[in-house]
Amino acid sequence: MNKLDLKTAGPFIALIVIFVIGVFVNEAFLSAGNLSNILARSSFIGIVAIGATFVITTGGIDLSVGSMAAFISGCMILLMNGLMETFDSLVLIIFLAVLASAAIGALAGLVNGLLTTKAKIEAFIVTLGTMGIYRSLVTYMADGGTLSLNFTLGDVYSEVYYGTLLGLPYPVWVFLAVAILGYVLLNMTVFGRHCFAVGSNESVARYSAINVDRVKTATYILQGLCVSIATIIYVPRLGSASGQTGILWELEAIAAVIIGGTMLKGGYGRIWGTVVGALILTLIGNILNLTDAVSNYLNGAVQGVIVIVAVYLQRGRR
Amino acid sequence: MSQFLAPRPVQRLAKFIAAGTAALCLTAALTATLQAQTIGVSIPAATHGWAGGLNFHAEQTKARLEAANPGLKVVLVTANSASEQANDLEDLVAIHRMDALVILPFESAPLTGPVANAKRRGVFVTVVDRGLSEPGIQDVYVAGNNAEMGRVSGEYIRQRLNDSGKIVVLRGMPTVIDEQRFDGFMSALEGGGVDVLDDQYANWNRDDGFTVMQDFLSRFPEIDAVWAQDDDIAIGVIQAVRQARRQDELFIVGGGGMKDIVKRVMDGDKLTPVDVLYPPSMISTAMELTALKFVSDTPIEGEYILGSPLITQDNAEEYYFPDSPF
Repeated sequence: MNKLDLKTAGPFIALIVIFVIGVFVNEAFLSAGNLSNILARSSFIGIVAIGATFVITTGGIDLSVGSMAAFISGCMILLMNGLMETFDSLVLIIFLAVLASAAIGALAGLVNGLLTTKAKIEAFIVTLGTMGIYRSLVTYMADGGTLSLNFTLGDVYSEVYYGTLLGLPYPVWVFLAVAILGYVLLNMTVFGRHCFAVGSNESVARYSAINVDRVKTATYILQGLCVSIATIIYVPRLGSASGQTGILWELEAIAAVIIGGTMLKGGYGRIWGTVVGALILTLIGNILNLTDAVSNYLNGAVQGVIVIVAVYLQRGRR
Repeated sequence: MSQFLAPRPVQRLAKFIAAGTAALCLTAALTATLQAQTIGVSIPAATHGWAGGLNFHAEQTKARLEAANPGLKVVLVTANSASEQANDLEDLVAIHRMDALVILPFESAPLTGPVANAKRRGVFVTVVDRGLSEPGIQDVYVAGNNAEMGRVSGEYIRQRLNDSGKIVVLRGMPTVIDEQRFDGFMSALEGGGVDVLDDQYANWNRDDGFTVMQDFLSRFPEIDAVWAQDDDIAIGVIQAVRQARRQDELFIVGGGGMKDIVKRVMDGDKLTPVDVLYPPSMISTAMELTALKFVSDTPIEGEYILGSPLITQDNAEEYYFPDSPF
């Protein structure tokens, strides 16, 4: 029991240690503004990573999330700019774009899922392929440049990222809501138990009358929806999308999931761990920006060391 | 083909005429090909804003050159990596039999050999922006001046702040280009009273520009100016500054000449009073020069270093390309 507790607490301990380091590095770290920046910033990777927790728990992997985010952002911007001529109500336009975003996300997830389960291609290859496809599509849509949201529309929509409720930015609330829903779905429903079962041993799950293909496909659709939600709060931040949008999000999301204690080989997943993992990744970047004690050239090395140590904390002692 | 050749007399006659016409056409086409000069243009793919502008100007110039000079063919290829670009060069030599090459190398060292090979086959070589590692290969060199770009930015900030104040710097990526810009910038500030609080990499993109600037704003209560070095970074910086409601206490100097920023300068935005040009249209300069080699006797061999002028409200219109993706 003791060991299990330590394992569960690992990511939280790492988070606290990094937080304390932050406090010592710069007094500005604890300012309300900085803390709210960190939370809002981690919500993108965090929400994507919650979806990834399902995929990875079930024994899959999705490398396409970063490009998918860029592609959905591009579609939303083009759609909203286009609808400006048809509709007068800006709120209606934004609402339609949000719906479209969810539809594209779910559809993209469905494609990944079906190619993995029905066409029996390894998830790594399928999503590596779709990763390249979405990235090129957004570059093509933007003509190699950047798609920018209409200025008036951007002004209204920007409230979604910059607005606050009870002192916390909206993205943080969305992140929290997605985390709670994810927790309930993974830990308190039949679907969640099926995810664990399929990830542990696919054959056994199949003999136990679990529709393995359906469970796996559902996790990719969930992942697509999570990417769409992240995109819905990402677009109002800068009102633009380009070939650079969401670059390396897939690796950050996977790192957040693993730091949080989910097994990369599947069979075990933890939503709160993932949330902590996303916070840790954002904190490292933030603290490095708040100090000049570390050479710029070494930022990547510091991040690498902390990620490895954080995972060691929850795996090393058995 | 064989069933076509074993027919009735009338058909045979028709076939004979057809074959004759075809042969004539072929000869004409061959002669045209022999006389036509082919310019191969090899540039990085449009993976970020500046490269998008580069592709836009390359395509525009290709259309203009081909329309103006019927004997001239321009083959434009884009690459995603240095090795892909090396393959492109082989194709340009072997398949398109190019007479001249205009290349913006992905990286200097790995492409020096492939360009030298093309040169050995008699291809006229124009190198753009990033020089090769060995001298004597290129016939024409067209480039922007990164050190100058940094220096112009530094001088503007120094003069605007009356040589005293606190600034932060957002750099690109750890590359030679970034190093030259940064060194040029710092040399312009040397010995003066402008204090660089810190510099961090923002990877030439908007999201990192936003995040890094947010952290600078949390960390430093007093910032008088920001050197964002690149217009994509500057867009992120603008949003971060607005979010912190500190747009009245500082100004931002970007770089490159992105249309959105140039437009702001043109409109007299106080937050971005100027921009410093590093024109992606330098590819047009290189292509036009190379074409001159074939359509006239103008001597063109040599080096052309383009300036990095300060874009101000007065001259912004000259640098504003609303149709360009950059």
